[in-house]
Amino acid sequence: MSVAQLSTFSVDGYLFGVEVAMVQEVIRYQPMTRVPLAPAALVGLINLRGQVITAVDLRHRLGLGDRAAGALPMDVIVRTGDSLVSLLVDRIGDVVEVAEDAFEAPPETLLGSARELIRGAYKLDDALLLLLDVRGAVELQPAG
Amino acid sequence: MEDLDEIIAEFLVESHENLDQLDGDLVALEQDPTSRELLGRIFRTIHTIKGTTGFLEFGRLEALTHAGENLLSKLRDGELGLSAEITGVLLTMVDAIRSLLAAIESTGQEGEADHTELIATLTRLQQGGAAATAGRHEQPETSSPVGEVIVEHGGATEDDVSLAVTAQDVGDTRPIGEILVSQGSTTSGEVSLALEVQAERRSVADGNIRVDVDRLDSLMRLMGELVLTRNESVAHAAAAGDAALVRASARLNHITSELQEVVLRMRMQPIDTVWSKLRRFVRDLGATCGKTVRLEMEGRETELDKTILEAVKDPLTHLVRNAVDHGIEAPQDRLAAGKDEQGLLLLRAFHEGGQVNIEIQDDGAGMDPALVAAKALELGLVSAEELARMNEREIINLIFLPGFSTAATVTNVSGRGVGMDVVKSNLEKIGGAIDVRSAIGAGTTFHVKIPLTLAIIPALTVGCAGDRYAIPTVNLVQLVRLEGEQAGIELIAGTPVYRLRGSLLPLIYLDRELGVSDPDPERDSVLIVVLQVEDRRFGVAVDAVLDSQEIVVKPLSSQLEQVAVYAGATILGDGSVALILDVLALAQRANVVATGRELARDTADHVDADDRPETRSALLVASVGQARQVAIPLDRVTRLEEFPAASVEYVGSRELVQYGGEILPLVRLTRLLEGAGPRADSDVLSVVVCSSGGRAVGLVVDAILDIVEGGLPGHGNLSGDGLLGTAVVQHRITELLDLEEIIRKADPRFYDAPAVPAEGRA
Repeated sequence: MSVAQLSTFSVDGYLFGVEVAMVQEVIRYQPMTRVPLAPAALVGLINLRGQVITAVDLRHRLGLGDRAAGALPMDVIVRTGDSLVSLLVDRIGDVVEVAEDAFEAPPETLLGSARELIRGAYKLDDALLLLLDVRGAVELQPAG
Repeated sequence: MEDLDEIIAEFLVESHENLDQLDGDLVALEQDPTSRELLGRIFRTIHTIKGTTGFLEFGRLEALTHAGENLLSKLRDGELGLSAEITGVLLTMVDAIRSLLAAIESTGQEGEADHTELIATLTRLQQGGAAATAGRHEQPETSSPVGEVIVEHGGATEDDVSLAVTAQDVGDTRPIGEILVSQGSTTSGEVSLALEVQAERRSVADGNIRVDVDRLDSLMRLMGELVLTRNESVAHAAAAGDAALVRASARLNHITSELQEVVLRMRMQPIDTVWSKLRRFVRDLGATCGKTVRLEMEGRETELDKTILEAVKDPLTHLVRNAVDHGIEAPQDRLAAGKDEQGLLLLRAFHEGGQVNIEIQDDGAGMDPALVAAKALELGLVSAEELARMNEREIINLIFLPGFSTAATVTNVSGRGVGMDVVKSNLEKIGGAIDVRSAIGAGTTFHVKIPLTLAIIPALTVGCAGDRYAIPTVNLVQLVRLEGEQAGIELIAGTPVYRLRGSLLPLIYLDRELGVSDPDPERDSVLIVVLQVEDRRFGVAVDAVLDSQEIVVKPLSSQLEQVAVYAGATILGDGSVALILDVLALAQRANVVATGRELARDTADHVDADDRPETRSALLVASVGQARQVAIPLDRVTRLEEFPAASVEYVGSRELVQYGGEILPLVRLTRLLEGAGPRADSDVLSVVVCSSGGRAVGLVVDAILDIVEGGLPGHGNLSGDGLLGTAVVQHRITELLDLEEIIRKADPRFYDAPAVPAEGRA
């Protein structure tokens, strides 16, 4: 039975996972430079050791509510293609091993229009772990 | 054996480079057949290849290059004159060498290709000249004598040196340096310096090493990190207040900056490395198509990052191929059209706004927008409604649509070829853009813009709504600070303008343009950054000007590609990220400049070169009467005034007002332009004050409507009626006023007045 390793984090109470290999590092919240005229989910640019990296707030992207005032997100730096993107999440979780046979399609009612960014769900003992489509999540439509 | 493989690999790389150079040199030699410098260089290149092939025992290659070398030595020594045949054969030889090298590269062997005929031709041509000489005298590479070097460096005079040489001639056995020192003509320091220089000159061929680009890339990354660490440590040292630490960090600061520059320069190459290959390409292609094309280049030294250079090579070649193949007409057609038989292809490269601009311009037949539009419609790429809303330029740019250029018939219809969508997408991949202008009968210009993603540029850091932005100083003209209630800023039909030394400067409020306006707009002063893009000036109003420094341009992620107003990002001294504004895109977004370089139309034949900027400047649009809408070049407008109707005085049939101690003649456009309809009576006259030929005149209009960017005039040229042409502005036909004509019509003696020195100067 094949097993996948997922890096997990939570956003607005949902538990998400991405393949461990995609995650370069997790850092605490960085001050950002906002980008006027950019798509709404693109919340800013951060300086990661001399590299300018785009930060995408998963709350925006998934159509979830705003973070509580004063609560600082974490930066999950993921590699897509040949570029790095920072995903802003509420809290970082453990790396978990999931069995492939626990994988199924995401529940129909989940997350409304953002459901297309969920590739599937793993049933854990105490929670449902949603597998995030990272490529889709960092692809943003231009601001209208 | 491994060593030998390595030597061969090195030989191949070196030879390929030499051959590329050779192509360019040979074509250049055709233009300048007696250039000893070119002949010498070509000879040396072949000689080098021959020498190495002999050593590596590649017999065929050696025989071929030997024959070529003999022919070249005749040319070099002036025993033979260059003919088209010789050039052709030499180019064939270069190709043959290339194919042999390719065989060696893939199989390690020379292959079976037979070049005896070519060798025979080379030998025959060589003997065609004056009496064949058996050997050649190759001049040894001389290095400069020590005495000369010392003189060059100003260590001694020529007289001193010749005195010392004379001393040597009469038996002084000491080295020349020693004699000079003992003469008191120079110091021993100068002599040892000269000896070093001399040694350096000898080894100039060994002064280059090849470095893998990946190593340069990792050096760049480390450099970036070093810069940031430097910034941090400088800030901390200042805070710690330890004098020794401050000194050390100042030194660190200085060294890092220099190092950074060196590292960045290492990756830059002149665009000529790509262009030089095009010489041969254009020559051969022209010959194939039966056309002669003169290739001119401007800005060959313009430097680009190596990766970018690689990426633009194919698109550029494609554009050049199209220009020669489809753009430039056959010689007989050109003669029939009254053009020079020889076509002209102009390549230009220049830096502007932190970007590299490349133009490929031909003087060929141009493209017909009507045919392009018809084709696009037929292919279903656009709808008739969309076409109706497009101007000519937008229609011509349809050739970049995927699916358009792949249609086989297009070549015949539009005169432009295949694969333009691929060119466009390849350029967009590296963050570039392409635009095309064309005028029927006059030619086509492709304008390519590529970002300098890895360059250092000088920039101005400005503050706006709490954020910081960098503006490349290449566009900067001046800074203007306005105190008080934004004194001097006027609104013309909603567009803010500032009067800067007599001309009206359109303004962009950066915060409004970026949609980040402060909720509290109370400002007691405003700073205007005056910028110039191409020949248009405009001002950007910001909250503060913070700093002027060199910045490292970092590329933006693909998510930000659609947001066209940024040229990149940079990291400031405190480690935070700032966006670099693409001022041209910003100005286009705010509608203060046209969306690219206009190709001057030659339809308006009385509009001479001096008037061209007028046709692409910003225009003031006003209504006249009930029916007419007119446009006046904004750069001719000095003021907008309102006069009470009662203040108009009359001298004969002329209307005048007193204005700032001067007399201002008024021209009522309603009377001038027939069919404008009755003017709505009002107590106040709206007057556009224009200066022309050193005199001012007031044009009475009914209302100022807007300021627009004019790619005017679009249609028709009804000379003599006070109009330069018409165009559609905001869904209405708008007439571009011919200022001189109008003034002359209103007052025929205006230009005859003795006070005006030169008639027609305006």
